[in-house]
Amino acid sequence: MLRFASIRLLRAIITILAVVTFAFVVLRMSGDPAQVMLGPDVPQESVDAFRKAWGLDQPLWIQYLAYIKSIFSGDFGVSMRDKASAMQLVIDRIPATLQLTIPALFLKVVIGIPAGVYAALHRQSAVDRGVILAAIFGFTIPSFVMGLLLVLIFSITLGLLPSGGQDTWQHGILPTLTMSIGGIGILARFSRSAMIEVMGQPYIRTASAKGMAWQDVVWRHALPNAAVPIVTIVGFMVGSLIAGAVVVESIFSWPGIGRLLVVSVTNRDLAVVQCILLIIAATMVVSNLIVDLLYGWLDPRLRAQNAH
Amino acid sequence: MISDNLVELRGLTVAFDGVKVLHGIDLTVRRGEAIGLVGESGCGKSVTWLAALGLLPGKATVAGSVRVDGQEILGGPRTVLEGVRGKRIAMIFQDPSSSLNPVLKIGRQITEALVLHRALTGEAAKTEALRLMDMVGIPDARRRFDLFPHEFSGGQCQRLMIAMALAGEPDLLVADEPTTALDATIQAQILDLLIELRAETGMATIFISHDLGAVSQVCERACVMYAGRIVEQGTIEALFDNPRHPYTRGLFDAIPRLDGPRDRLIPIPGTVPHPRDLPEGCAFSPRCSHAAVDCRSRRPDLSAMDDGRLLSCFHPVGNAVDLAPAAESRIVEAVS
Repeated sequence: MLRFASIRLLRAIITILAVVTFAFVVLRMSGDPAQVMLGPDVPQESVDAFRKAWGLDQPLWIQYLAYIKSIFSGDFGVSMRDKASAMQLVIDRIPATLQLTIPALFLKVVIGIPAGVYAALHRQSAVDRGVILAAIFGFTIPSFVMGLLLVLIFSITLGLLPSGGQDTWQHGILPTLTMSIGGIGILARFSRSAMIEVMGQPYIRTASAKGMAWQDVVWRHALPNAAVPIVTIVGFMVGSLIAGAVVVESIFSWPGIGRLLVVSVTNRDLAVVQCILLIIAATMVVSNLIVDLLYGWLDPRLRAQNAH
Repeated sequence: MISDNLVELRGLTVAFDGVKVLHGIDLTVRRGEAIGLVGESGCGKSVTWLAALGLLPGKATVAGSVRVDGQEILGGPRTVLEGVRGKRIAMIFQDPSSSLNPVLKIGRQITEALVLHRALTGEAAKTEALRLMDMVGIPDARRRFDLFPHEFSGGQCQRLMIAMALAGEPDLLVADEPTTALDATIQAQILDLLIELRAETGMATIFISHDLGAVSQVCERACVMYAGRIVEQGTIEALFDNPRHPYTRGLFDAIPRLDGPRDRLIPIPGTVPHPRDLPEGCAFSPRCSHAAVDCRSRRPDLSAMDDGRLLSCFHPVGNAVDLAPAAESRIVEAVS
């Protein structure tokens, strides 16, 4: 178990390091912050002074080493735009994003999984066909289309809900819905196929042959087995709690991490973008780790593999 | 008075998506007796009992009658079947490792049956489960109560399946190819266990197998099935000493012998027909060396012979009281 944990930890560190490095290189190769920050018509001296002040005149590898060193000492850089701690800027935006993504995750789980399981248990029924159709509809429509569609219906046509901003709780409804619909579809489909597969297994027949009531067979024997693939998807969704709102926040002018990311990329605000990517990578890695631990808890066969 | 007949199948038919795979099975299981069901893969021997217990998937259409102690269980409410399963009729399956739930502790899987059928809970259920594990030959049961199925060997998994089946103290144990997935030495142990348990508990046994040797060890009676029908049924002695149906005879000819001269085995030519396109007349006729004209146009009924066996063949082989009609029609075929 200790070996398993240390391997996982090492892999997590390598993953985060790879993301950070990739972001560092790509950001610096894709545009000059000095040009973007200062505008097109500034004298060369100002540009040079800006570059010198932010260390951009150094060779790339020296910048990189300095950056890695500062990360390990807990310094995540300063925003070129706001001249404030980049990490603090990012952390300030996290609650707004979670206000959307946590309710959306909740909706995905409480609607998607039961719908998929119900469809699997009533295969070929009208409900099953309805669930499949709705699920395909849900996850094939991109969120920017879905968002605009919802705005068109609920804000413009019906006038029921605001189309942007963060002033009241009603402002959160449309972005949350937009974000959850695709996930509901994905979870419904995955739960359905996982459940169909499990219900065809010999041990389900054994449980029935034992004389168990049908609902007990489903609850005690089938669902715990179907949980493994479902947990994988939910784990991925948990990992996207911070990253998953980029498009939707932009559509609905929601002041979260996603919008900060878009703005910071446009401005080439290097430190902020790197902070956001670091946090996104870290949440992904942590949720993957949790999923792996859950696997072991859900399926004793995997526990045995991990121990060796 | 309780009838001697425990389970009666009458005209049991099964169709998958409209294709009939079982064409009317009549079988009576008396209290305490052991009956073998033999035949090639796909002949319907497993389907018969899965259908009787309502364990087939939803796309299967089951018709006919299944009575347990005279009470009809087919087509009734789900609770009737659930009351029979495990309690009156228990079933164990071919692949013991995948027949146990991989994510539940073995102790819990056994106690579940005790909670259901014997109203035992807590310590009492655990004590009884340990006794059952001990009874089926799981060494060190107390320590292994909390292990998962993958921590047991295939043979032990089958023993655990048997322990689970015994938990409801059933009147009939249906063993569906219980030794097929196991090593030869383990097969023998499981067969011995089944024989022993039957002697101890007095429960009836249905032993489904394609292994005639195993059937002869466990059972007094056997039904030979072909393409969804019983073609011959009789005592083990009658079938072994004097198989009358050419298919039964074919099964015996295909078994290697340890004693006697080293002859070539005689395989049955051809393969089992697909249920979708069964031949007209006797389903075995295309593979039968004794088939005559009438075999290809009419289907022989399963009828009682003088020696008490049931046989479905116009031109049986072996020692019959009267061979003349068979010979006659073979001559008819030869000249036509």
